Amino acid sequence: MRDILLKLGRLDRRVIYGIIALGVIIPLLKPIGLPENITPPVKNLYEYIDSLPQGSAIILSIDYDATVLPEVHPMVLAVLRHAMARGIRPIGLGLNPAGTGLGLDAFTRVGKELGKKYGEDFVYLGFKPNISATILGLGEDLRKVFPRDYFGTPVDSIPMLKNIRNYNDIAITISFSGSGLPESWIMYANARYGEKIACGVTAVMAADFYPYLQTGQLVGMIAGLKGAAEYETLVNRLFKNMGMKTPSVIAIRGMDANSLAHVLIMVFIILGNLAFFASKTGEER
Amino acid sequence: MSHDPWVWVAAILSLFIFSFLYRDNPFYKFAEHLLVGVSAGYYLNIYWYNGIYPNIVSHIVKEHNYLYLVPLFLGLLYFAIFIPKFSYFIRWPIAFLLGAASGFAIPASFQARIMEQARGTILLSPSFYPSKLAFFNAILIFIGVLTVLSYFFFSKEHRGALKVSSKIGIIFLMIGFGASFGYTVMARVSLLIGRLQFLLGTWLGLIKY
Repeated sequence: MRDILLKLGRLDRRVIYGIIALGVIIPLLKPIGLPENITPPVKNLYEYIDSLPQGSAIILSIDYDATVLPEVHPMVLAVLRHAMARGIRPIGLGLNPAGTGLGLDAFTRVGKELGKKYGEDFVYLGFKPNISATILGLGEDLRKVFPRDYFGTPVDSIPMLKNIRNYNDIAITISFSGSGLPESWIMYANARYGEKIACGVTAVMAADFYPYLQTGQLVGMIAGLKGAAEYETLVNRLFKNMGMKTPSVIAIRGMDANSLAHVLIMVFIILGNLAFFASKTGEER
Repeated sequence: MSHDPWVWVAAILSLFIFSFLYRDNPFYKFAEHLLVGVSAGYYLNIYWYNGIYPNIVSHIVKEHNYLYLVPLFLGLLYFAIFIPKFSYFIRWPIAFLLGAASGFAIPASFQARIMEQARGTILLSPSFYPSKLAFFNAILIFIGVLTVLSYFFFSKEHRGALKVSSKIGIIFLMIGFGASFGYTVMARVSLLIGRLQFLLGTWLGLIKY
């Protein structure tokens, strides 16, 4: 037994990579369909958006880039589908230059899917440099920060933005990020202007934001691929209830693979530890 | 299988990057250098059209508002670092930014990260909580915060009650690190899943994507 453990301890890392790759590929090809339970942070955000009256405006801040696309992009798509299906008008903007194209992709894609009209049902303002100045500026006057939208159209000539001046006219701001950027929204928009904030973050960042959920500084949080899959589940239920065609479920399809990969990694951690202790007992002898 | 040439470019570059898992090689290096170059070009473009042009150039050239020459001059002082004789001037924009950023950040940070967080830790009477579980959770957070803080209290030797408290604090810290590690594993696996969904779905058409 000890010899087997020692051999496992010396296993080439490339074998481990291969096993993990298989553990991900097989469930993608043959999905198991594990059930998705909805956690309170996701449910709270969903219910908050769901409770907003039709015509309310919300901000979706695209603060991520392509490096975290598989985790965060499905969240943006799911929230956009939810908002647009409910008649809520999303405003897109970004504080990460590399996220500009991704935000545009999400807004145009969902707008087209649901037959919504640009400028009346949704709008995309694009990227603005200087995080703190942008967030604080939105609290005073949106027009001063974004005089034109992403396409160069003056904001005053966009019908949807006619009566929107600052956070008083925005029901909630949701920051989608792979970094600590939602903290800036909490610090400047929530603490100073009382704006409701939620976030959609990568799993790596999730633990950092739990304290803000407990204090109520965040209305809700979508964390990682799991959070995205939960939101997709809720949106799919809504679409079914509304008699609409259910949208593509990228995150839900990835969760089987994620669960299996987790189990494999746990097994490797246990085996690695056993091999380590086996080598230690050998040294003591 | 996709007929879009750009999907093929993305798929081949993804495979080049994955080849690093076997060992470092010229294909990986090529893809890595290409990414750095493309990213630099992309960022320059975005900053020009979303930052420099509308915020500086447009005001000066189109509107003839020459007040904007002041921030332009201050910004250009960053390049003073390349001229040894005038490198001292880089301190001016740094000082301005530090001052402004501190003014913005200190009160907001104090409010969001200290006041609100401290308020969230204060224990209230059980009747204030929606359920017994919520009250238990509040007690747990209260104990956790105090014991973790005691672990980082280095002005007194960790003996007696302080030793017990700091040991409990370590348990809370370990649970925190474990949760972070679990989330990190999920994040990394998710990135692999995303790329494999692209390769198996968008590129090869073997799965629905």
